[in-house]
Amino acid sequence: MKDIKETFSSPINKNNPITVQMLGICSALAVTSKLEPSIVMGIALTAVVAFSNVILSLLRNTIPNRIRIIVQLVIVAALVTIVNEILKAYAYDVSKQLSVFVGLIITNCIVMGRLEAFALGNKPWPAFVDGVGNGLGYAIILVIVGFFRELLGSGSLFGFQIIPNKIYEWGYENNGLMILPPMAMIIIACIIWIQKSKQS
Amino acid sequence: MDFLRNYLDKIKPHFEAGGRFSMFQSLFEGIETFLFVPNKTAQSGVHIHKSIDSKWTMSIVLVALLPCLLFGMFNTGYQHYLSIQESPGFLMTFIYGFLAVLPIIVVSYVVGLGIELAVAQWKGHEIQEGFLVTGLLIPLIVPIDTPLWMIALATAFAVIFAKEVFGGTGYNIWNVALVTRAFLFFAYPSKMSGDHVFVRTEGIWGIGKGAVADAFSGATPLGQIGQASTSISITDTLGNPVNYWDLFWGFIPGSVGETSKFCILLGAILLLITGIANWRTILSVFAGGILTILLFNAIGSTPAMQINPLEQILLGGFAFGAVFMATDPVTSPRTQTGKYIFGGAVGVFAMMVRVLNPGYPEGMMLSILFMNSFTPLIDYYVVEAHIKRRQRRSKNILFSPVHSAFGSN
Repeated sequence: MKDIKETFSSPINKNNPITVQMLGICSALAVTSKLEPSIVMGIALTAVVAFSNVILSLLRNTIPNRIRIIVQLVIVAALVTIVNEILKAYAYDVSKQLSVFVGLIITNCIVMGRLEAFALGNKPWPAFVDGVGNGLGYAIILVIVGFFRELLGSGSLFGFQIIPNKIYEWGYENNGLMILPPMAMIIIACIIWIQKSKQS
Repeated sequence: MDFLRNYLDKIKPHFEAGGRFSMFQSLFEGIETFLFVPNKTAQSGVHIHKSIDSKWTMSIVLVALLPCLLFGMFNTGYQHYLSIQESPGFLMTFIYGFLAVLPIIVVSYVVGLGIELAVAQWKGHEIQEGFLVTGLLIPLIVPIDTPLWMIALATAFAVIFAKEVFGGTGYNIWNVALVTRAFLFFAYPSKMSGDHVFVRTEGIWGIGKGAVADAFSGATPLGQIGQASTSISITDTLGNPVNYWDLFWGFIPGSVGETSKFCILLGAILLLITGIANWRTILSVFAGGILTILLFNAIGSTPAMQINPLEQILLGGFAFGAVFMATDPVTSPRTQTGKYIFGGAVGVFAMMVRVLNPGYPEGMMLSILFMNSFTPLIDYYVVEAHIKRRQRRSKNILFSPVHSAFGSN
């Protein structure tokens, strides 16, 4: 039981896929200019990692070692396609904003990394917990980055204006650099900075 | 000066570890070493002492920047009174400009030095003097109407993310003042370019109030080139044509310190005589820029391509960047060959951005920052090439390669 807890909580903080393992940075920079797509992307990736972990874990004893990568790809690709179709059906606007990055979950290093490192050698339930933990670890960072980028870059959250008009009248302006990917890099760097200085 | 020395000695114990003001130790040390030559000497090993330390270097650069600063103040007032069509005399013009520029200088120094002090105290080392120059460069390269809080934010960003995280003065990869400007440029583009930021039209504390002339347009010459669709005749803010002398003396709108090429020339002479700036960098920036413009002149298909080289180097921040930014000893190559490569590329890219991209009227900032990133690479390959050449030479005269590559030849 303790192992399960550890499996779940470790990737959220001290073994975070983005801030510690440096995986999945690309999509974290690309989709986080607004909060809503960040959350949707986090959920989508969590679902894909969790279920592909379970499926691969169920199949782990039947897959010949030499073709395991192609099997993993098939599983991930199937799940990504399902997620993509669901998004298009129920959240069309967000799927437009996420554009190609939902499809690119296939190439997200976190997914393949967890399949290779964990699901191939563990039972379905721990594999599921590991997938959810890693997905949430990724999602948390995306949400933090998306929060600051939308708040400072557009003055809004979820598309609703947060910063009152009064402040704009006093001369405040939205920070255009926050909309651009370099600033996401710097925010992630700051998160890493804070995390590292807390740990040491 | 004895009383000052005595006073410093008297209050010194308070600032040392355990003293009442030990949290301000770095500040005290900074002021003390600024006023007096430190009496500490190295205790061991062999050291070469040079009379010019980094505080002196910084001070000379500050002196070299003074003409640009003073003229920048005057020009701010001049452009203002031109826009409201008054001529209140030299003194009032200067006072207006002084009042306009001073807050920017104060904000840039307070924010930058504040962060430097905090970091020095936190890390427990001496305060580093690198910000002395940066703090004066920042006001000189921003438009006069940039809001002060933006300058404070950008300065803080640049000092923290372009300097302190890399290890402080001397370790930064990019020129800190230019990072400040780049932050402003990308974060608040409406306040950093266009027709409304380079000339202050409002009065300050009741000085220089007046209605803006109908013919007024605050576009800088480079802005006019960027927007031109047919042939170009560069004008001042009221639509009168300007000649080369206006451009040379600097009576045109622009960022505070960049307009007067004469003052930049004075600064350049001082920096070159004292050996702080390297002539190779400056020369090759101009050479690269002029050659690029000659190439564009030969093509000549857009209005921006038809501007002649003399006019191009007299416009905008090209000369200022070449003299004060590209020569930054920290962010430009150390090798002599590297300086030629670096400078030449800065000139080429600056002119390419200027001419080919109407969205960015001035390319000097981007081109220097871009080449700053390549500085370590340039140095590395220049040194590698040097080693290879010597190795080849040593093989020819039948020495063992290892011996003579690092030996005395």
